[in-house]
Amino acid sequence: MQLFSCPFCGSRDETEFVFGAEAGKTRPEPAAEVSADTWGRYLHFADNPRGPTREIWQHVTCGEFFLMERDTVSHAVAATVDLRGDKA
Amino acid sequence: MTRRYSAFSLFREGLRGHTGWQPAWRSPQPKRRYDAIIIGGGGQGLATAYYLAKNHGMTNVAVLEKSWIGGGNTGRNTTTIRSNYFYPESVALYDFALKLYEGLSRELNYNIMLSQRGVVTVSHSDAEMEMAARLVNAMQINGTDAELLDRDGVLEKAPLLNASDEARYPIFGGTWQGRAGVARHDAVAWGYARAADAKGIDIIQNCEVTGFIVEDGRCVGVETSLGPIRSDAVGLAVAGHSGVLAAKAGFALPIRSYSLQAMVSEPVKPCLDTVVLYLGTGTYLFQSDKGEIVVGGGLDRVPSYAQRGNPPMQQHVISGMLEMFPAFGQLRMLRQWAGVVDVVPDSSPIIGPSPVPGLYLNCGWGTGGFKSIPAGGWLMAHLIATGEHHDISRPFDLERFATGRLVDEAAGSGIAH
Repeated sequence: MQLFSCPFCGSRDETEFVFGAEAGKTRPEPAAEVSADTWGRYLHFADNPRGPTREIWQHVTCGEFFLMERDTVSHAVAATVDLRGDKA
Repeated sequence: MTRRYSAFSLFREGLRGHTGWQPAWRSPQPKRRYDAIIIGGGGQGLATAYYLAKNHGMTNVAVLEKSWIGGGNTGRNTTTIRSNYFYPESVALYDFALKLYEGLSRELNYNIMLSQRGVVTVSHSDAEMEMAARLVNAMQINGTDAELLDRDGVLEKAPLLNASDEARYPIFGGTWQGRAGVARHDAVAWGYARAADAKGIDIIQNCEVTGFIVEDGRCVGVETSLGPIRSDAVGLAVAGHSGVLAAKAGFALPIRSYSLQAMVSEPVKPCLDTVVLYLGTGTYLFQSDKGEIVVGGGLDRVPSYAQRGNPPMQQHVISGMLEMFPAFGQLRMLRQWAGVVDVVPDSSPIIGPSPVPGLYLNCGWGTGGFKSIPAGGWLMAHLIATGEHHDISRPFDLERFATGRLVDEAAGSGIAH
């Protein structure tokens, strides 16, 4: 069982966390000018990197979202950062 | 020298000490140029090569595999073949695969050990029975076999199921597809490889694609660990690593890679002659020809390229098995493993041209790649040979993520891939 570190609650069991999305996606605006292709890309596409990655996760038990830097092959977690920018 | 497999050739080789068997495929050095290159020597890639030769007469074709053939998801899945889907597009696709599977041993002269023992999907409430009836109706309208079972019907198919009134997931009934079943996964890869090789196709193992040769915006070949190989048509059939190779070609895909794990128990006497899935637990299992209970479940919840699997999902799958078959609490588990699967938001595959001309996609099968190997190969071969979609593959083009015309099977059939 892997432990992830919630920036607010500390080390918790991986089952308490849910993956949200890759970090760095911003919603394209204004809606009226966004093409179907751009919108589809925002909704569905992912870099899906093999190795180091930056992702948004939620700690379901406390409800907070945060940034997790981890490796998709080794599963090592480099850092968890709350979305206000402080290191956990 | 024995090339063709038959009862007679087995008898003859038995008489002469099995000295005449030939390797099932060659191990050639890659040529500098091919008419088509398939990246990925799993079932999908090997089937594509076979159908390029058989249906389209293209034999100057190479299959490039970074490791050994059938060593990725083709050798890691739980070998179930079924077409119990909701949408007409999906049934057309998966039932095409099932039909090809039904004739495959004879066609390839290779026993894939297809055993059409049926799949029963168990419902646990009146509401789930309504959904089951809806799925059965849809399947029948779409032209595949399906039956709605009541509680007794389910227990007749699998008498060891938990029939207790105390069950967390009581049996109300379920859906039945009798033509579904299991096959030997390695044999599917090896059979296609042998048949493709016999048609002159080069299967090149231990040859990793490290990049694409793009000239004037068109893919004209690949860089590999054995040097550059050129071709005007390149097919990508690498499942969980599709995103990695797409990035090398300069585009992204609507795919996320997850570990999907499975496990087998020690072999026991015959006790289960069908495939059973519980909607409630998400666990499914069957008994292999060797007697092992083969158990699978849902995806690990952590995006991953590790072919390993995390303990929480193992625990979940095994607890599901114990709920379904309390008697299996006596089993000792023998092995556990995982494959990296390519999961798409609408749980349907992506077959079609990529954003780079000359490069074609066959990916996004998620947890359902094995059952669709013959269809995926057939459709990809059609695409590469003609440059056009086959009618069955057209709805699964990458463009659906811009048009919004998704084929959402997670919502349609409740199957989570």
